[in-house]
Amino acid sequence: MIRHINKHKNHITAISGILIALGFIFGLSGYKDLKGIVLIAATAIAATPIVIKAFQAIRMKVFSIELLVTLAVIGALYIGEYIESSVVTFLFLFGDYLEARTLEKTRSSLKSLIDMAPQEATVIREGRKVTVPVEEVVKDDRVIIRSGGKVPVDGRIISGKASLNEASVTGEPVPAFKKVDDKVFSGTIIDNGYIEIEAEKVGDDTTFARIIELVEEAQESKSKAEKFLDKFAEIYTPAVVVLSVIVYAVTRNLHLAITFLVIACPGALVIGAPVSNVAGIGNGAKNGVLIKGGEVMDKLSRVHTIVFDKTGTLTKGKPEVTDIKTLKSYNANELLRLSAEAETISEHHLGHTIIKEAKAKKLNIKGEGVSGEVVKGHGIIARVEGHMLAIGNRKLMDEQNISISDEASDYALNREKKGNTAIFAAIDGEVAGIISIADRIREDAKMALAEMKNNGVRRIVMLTGDNKHTAGLVADELGLDEFHGELLPEDKVEFIKRLKSKGRIVAMAGDGINDAPAIATADIGLAMGEGGTDVSMETADLVLMADKLMQFSHAYSLSKATIRNMKQNIFFAVAVVFVLLSGVLSGYVNLASGMFIHEASVLVVILNAMRLIGFNSKSIREERNYKMSADDYK
Amino acid sequence: MKKAEFQLETVTCPSCIKKIESTLNKTEGVDSAKVLFSSSKVKAEFDESKISAEKIKEVISNLGYSVLSSKIS
Repeated sequence: MIRHINKHKNHITAISGILIALGFIFGLSGYKDLKGIVLIAATAIAATPIVIKAFQAIRMKVFSIELLVTLAVIGALYIGEYIESSVVTFLFLFGDYLEARTLEKTRSSLKSLIDMAPQEATVIREGRKVTVPVEEVVKDDRVIIRSGGKVPVDGRIISGKASLNEASVTGEPVPAFKKVDDKVFSGTIIDNGYIEIEAEKVGDDTTFARIIELVEEAQESKSKAEKFLDKFAEIYTPAVVVLSVIVYAVTRNLHLAITFLVIACPGALVIGAPVSNVAGIGNGAKNGVLIKGGEVMDKLSRVHTIVFDKTGTLTKGKPEVTDIKTLKSYNANELLRLSAEAETISEHHLGHTIIKEAKAKKLNIKGEGVSGEVVKGHGIIARVEGHMLAIGNRKLMDEQNISISDEASDYALNREKKGNTAIFAAIDGEVAGIISIADRIREDAKMALAEMKNNGVRRIVMLTGDNKHTAGLVADELGLDEFHGELLPEDKVEFIKRLKSKGRIVAMAGDGINDAPAIATADIGLAMGEGGTDVSMETADLVLMADKLMQFSHAYSLSKATIRNMKQNIFFAVAVVFVLLSGVLSGYVNLASGMFIHEASVLVVILNAMRLIGFNSKSIREERNYKMSADDYK
Repeated sequence: MKKAEFQLETVTCPSCIKKIESTLNKTEGVDSAKVLFSSSKVKAEFDESKISAEKIKEVISNLGYSVLSSKIS
């Protein structure tokens, strides 16, 4: 029976609404008695679900808003105010309906994420392909995913290749290309291709499941303002109830006392701040930024100084070949191919970088039949396809008695000034070319930093363990306010502590392992270079799923917008409380209009918060545009 | 000590949170209960020797909130 009534709450609301309208028509046409009967009927119908909830709560010995409304309605019926009793019950139900609909919208960002969760998986069991619910996939299962299919669990590709839409995890709209040994995430979708993966993380352990859990928890974690409002509401409601008793005792005016009961529902006050947060955090999650709760949102919006680590944070953290200069008859690709072939005997990371570049250019590196030796700290000497190769720094050339022309020397110096490591490649005793390698600055770093500065960040500082020369080059390029090189992890912690002692709110972005202490010390910690790994998701206050500085900038603008939105809501809600209280006391607000203002104010704060769902900061737009044009170029 | 997660129908009024939380926290065997307002979920830790997940679900339903699904771990 009760379930039945709850199920048809919307119908009940509609019927009581119609009856009220009917009552007014009767009233206008002069059928006073009929009007009374219809309105009592409307009250009875609409009050049923409210009274049931009130009763259920009383049985459990807990107080509820429904109880207040029930008391108010009984009182109104007792003094013969049928219009008010029916309108109050109707508005209470109708408000509930509208709130459910609109709240759903503010929660839609998270819901659309949850809806991306995979349902089933095709796995190979005992040599046969079977489709099972995703919960039944276990670790080490071999899972097959076809074009258009969803990756059901986190895993490693063991055969095939595909381009994957990873927006559900990283917020990145551009597909990522993945091949054997690459990791794929649950919830991502294969755009094109076919892969077989080995399940590594299943069920609640997948990155996707954990994102959802983190976002859910973040949306609940309250900021100071919210906690204050909760406290306020806790006092406000009983206080108004007591007030209504006093009003009755003093004035003997039951009508006024009942009106007090109705406005005691703290609606907009309690919901105003959380809806802004929920919508803001939801927006972040959709764009690949996890903001861990209202407190982080608040601090982020007030950040004074942002401290960045250099390697892997402002730069890509992976050295790349930035230029190949040829000096003799060999063309760039041929020079690169021979050098890479020679470097196959090397363990040095610069050697690996050269090989990687050659492979990226689809040059055929066999790595066979190469003999040679590594000259520690200088480079390598190797015999490749009948040629003698010497690849390394100036000292290696000197040692091998290979002369460096002025042209080559000038060029190398010039590259070094720009932050590169210049590597000489000599073939058969002559310098044939110079390969420049550098850890490049992230493409979006300059734009993101400028934008954050523009939006209100006061100082941007770089701290690095790298030498001052390289640090200076990066700082110049990005136009930083301050930089310090040759620092140890504990120096960075000291630096942040000093800033904090000056009363500044500090955000620290660094790599998750050696910067972990500094990240933990800062007011807001952000781990880069490993977006979405367990460590960074657990400990950081802010997680960038796609490791993009533009996402950081978006998070910053978003936090400002969210806090602004929350302040508007709080201000509005408090104003409504005063309007209602003074309105009731001065007799301008009666039961029905009190309920109307109450419900309307709740809707207003929800609608205001909904604006945040579509908040699309410049950073995200520019990032998209940039991607688009980059794609055109391909 | 076991953990249970219940998915409720959409919770709209903030006062529902108080109602559900204070009821559950008063219930014998429930160690802690938290309502996730924005995802309409209830997370509870309970002592399985004193109360069953089924019973907790019943308490929530008796308050007037239907439980759509539950997960026990």
